[in-house]
Amino acid sequence: MKNEIKGAREKREFVLSVISLLLMAALVAMAQFDLLPIVGKYEKQVLNLCAIYTILGLSMNLVNGFTGLFSLGQAGFMAIGAYTTSLLIMAPETKDRVFYLEPIHPFVGALQAPFWVALLLSGLLAAVVAFFIGFPVLRLRGDYLAIATLGFAEIIRIIFLNTQTVTNGSMGIKAIPPTANLFWCFGAAALMVLFMLRLIHSTYGRAFKAIRDDEIAAEAMGINLFRHKMYAFILSAFMAGVGGGLMASVVSAITPNLFRFTLAYDILLIVVLGGMGSITGTVVAAFVITIAKEWLRWLDAGFTAGPLKVPEIPGLRMVVFSVLLMCIILFYRQGFFGSKEFSWKGLAALPKNLGIKIRRLFSRDKKEAA
Amino acid sequence: MFTFTLPELLQQMANGLTVGCLYALVAIGYTMVYGILRLINFAHCDIFMMSMYFCFYSISVFSLPWPVALLLVVVATALLGVLIEKAAYRPLREAPRISLLISAIGVSYLLENLATVLFTGVPRSFPAVGSLQKIVNLGDVRVQQLAIYAPVIMLLLLAALLYLINKTKTGMAMRAASKDFETARLMGINVNKTISVTFLVGSALAAVGAVIWGQKYSQIQPYVGVMPGLKCFIAAVIGGIGNIKGAVVGSLMLGMLEILMVWRFSALSGFKDAFAFIILIIILIFKPTGLFGETFVDKV
Repeated sequence: MKNEIKGAREKREFVLSVISLLLMAALVAMAQFDLLPIVGKYEKQVLNLCAIYTILGLSMNLVNGFTGLFSLGQAGFMAIGAYTTSLLIMAPETKDRVFYLEPIHPFVGALQAPFWVALLLSGLLAAVVAFFIGFPVLRLRGDYLAIATLGFAEIIRIIFLNTQTVTNGSMGIKAIPPTANLFWCFGAAALMVLFMLRLIHSTYGRAFKAIRDDEIAAEAMGINLFRHKMYAFILSAFMAGVGGGLMASVVSAITPNLFRFTLAYDILLIVVLGGMGSITGTVVAAFVITIAKEWLRWLDAGFTAGPLKVPEIPGLRMVVFSVLLMCIILFYRQGFFGSKEFSWKGLAALPKNLGIKIRRLFSRDKKEAA
Repeated sequence: MFTFTLPELLQQMANGLTVGCLYALVAIGYTMVYGILRLINFAHCDIFMMSMYFCFYSISVFSLPWPVALLLVVVATALLGVLIEKAAYRPLREAPRISLLISAIGVSYLLENLATVLFTGVPRSFPAVGSLQKIVNLGDVRVQQLAIYAPVIMLLLLAALLYLINKTKTGMAMRAASKDFETARLMGINVNKTISVTFLVGSALAAVGAVIWGQKYSQIQPYVGVMPGLKCFIAAVIGGIGNIKGAVVGSLMLGMLEILMVWRFSALSGFKDAFAFIILIIILIFKPTGLFGETFVDKV
């Protein structure tokens, strides 16, 4: 009897999930075909970036949030993905035009592939590089791991700066075909979210979390530490590679300096603000942060607030952004979701829980006053 | 490839020593903060940058005599360090380390963008202090006077710092706090004050480093601190982060190797910045916690 009720609830939740996914897909399709009045060309670009940052955030959350490895090497894997995709999807003639300083290596010049193959290869290449980097790096602990992965990311960037015939050096690559539209970006992001959900609830996912919580205990339970860390690292690199490839197509011009190590900080912000070890959190934070950064642009242009007239101050946007960020971290350190995930049950209980939270807030205030 | 004269080698080594000493002054700040808070203070490189701007404004804009300006710069930078600690790190004392790290990244963004708003992104040229850039001849070796002053200044400051840490009560408090906050508190140590002192000293050293750095690489813009900061952090990690002597040894080693590499393999000079990381990774492969770092002890 009880099982039947549970079964019915699961069925209902499944139907709800499918409906909301279809609804989202319909919204994305409408946005792509310019049927939504609020989504213009600029908004589309921002939405593309939101989806890409979701992928990148998930990639970082897998190693940092779920496996507990403090890795800052995302920028390097993104660079690999971005360059692979752009070199594969550009027409040979365009490549010749872009590489005007020094001609492109003939082999690279002739390579061409459809977009989805290019994305897949981007991810795979990033994963292969991660495999080789993983051997020396994954033996390190804590902050030493962070600085070593960051170091490899910088080494990749500097290699790209110096291989003129393959990457066009510091000139970068321009005129990358804008194949990536909302379908590609949101499709890839949705696939990654589904993949992460499946992964986290598999034996591998449980092993990752065990390693995060206690390495010794995990090892005692028979988990091969190095191998599982390697799995997480490679998967994360694959996702970062795909994200980088999409980004190259969306922004249409890349240089090695786009992939400085500070890019990893931006992604880390998304992961921590969303909540370490929460897929829902990463998705929400990716959208919130990317949109907030764009929305704050009005600050740069100068504005009037009542009697106060603020002139045009370029850079004010980022000052306000960093202050907001610090406030969130100082007062809301668990991030938006902590390590919790979205569930229909949680949503249904939200009004009740909010009530309890607010009541608790007031009672604590009273206690402090007394 | 291996034909060169002795004076040439000595000249390059003098150059390497100067760079190494500069790295050391900033690396000490990283390592001290890490030692006590277990925090990679990403904002340290921007404190360095701010102090370069302080120096630019006090000498080039307000044309103060440079001894006064130097003192002012050191004091202002030290206060900035303490202020950052109070505002951004102290409220997170009991929070998980990752929050602290994000807070550091936030401060770093804030300082960089604030500098862009206040000082604009236009590169400025750093004022020459005194006679540091004069060339002197030591036998056949021609070096900037800076190459003589930098090691002397660094060693004097290092001696003072080691005295502070090993012989004074404040130093003892710092060492105790870096072992364990709770126990240190029980021994009657004001941990918050001790951490403030750590930031004060680290930032003051970074200010000295910034002024000397400006004599060698005179262009300043809001992101000027990023690369030196990263290199100094690498140097601290090479030495074993948390260890002051390690930071100095790591810095000297890194500065020397970098300069010698660019000199001998000039074809590879495009890879100069990658070279620091390669050294770092090679060292970490053999010594996973740096040259003088504490080894991790697994506790069950």
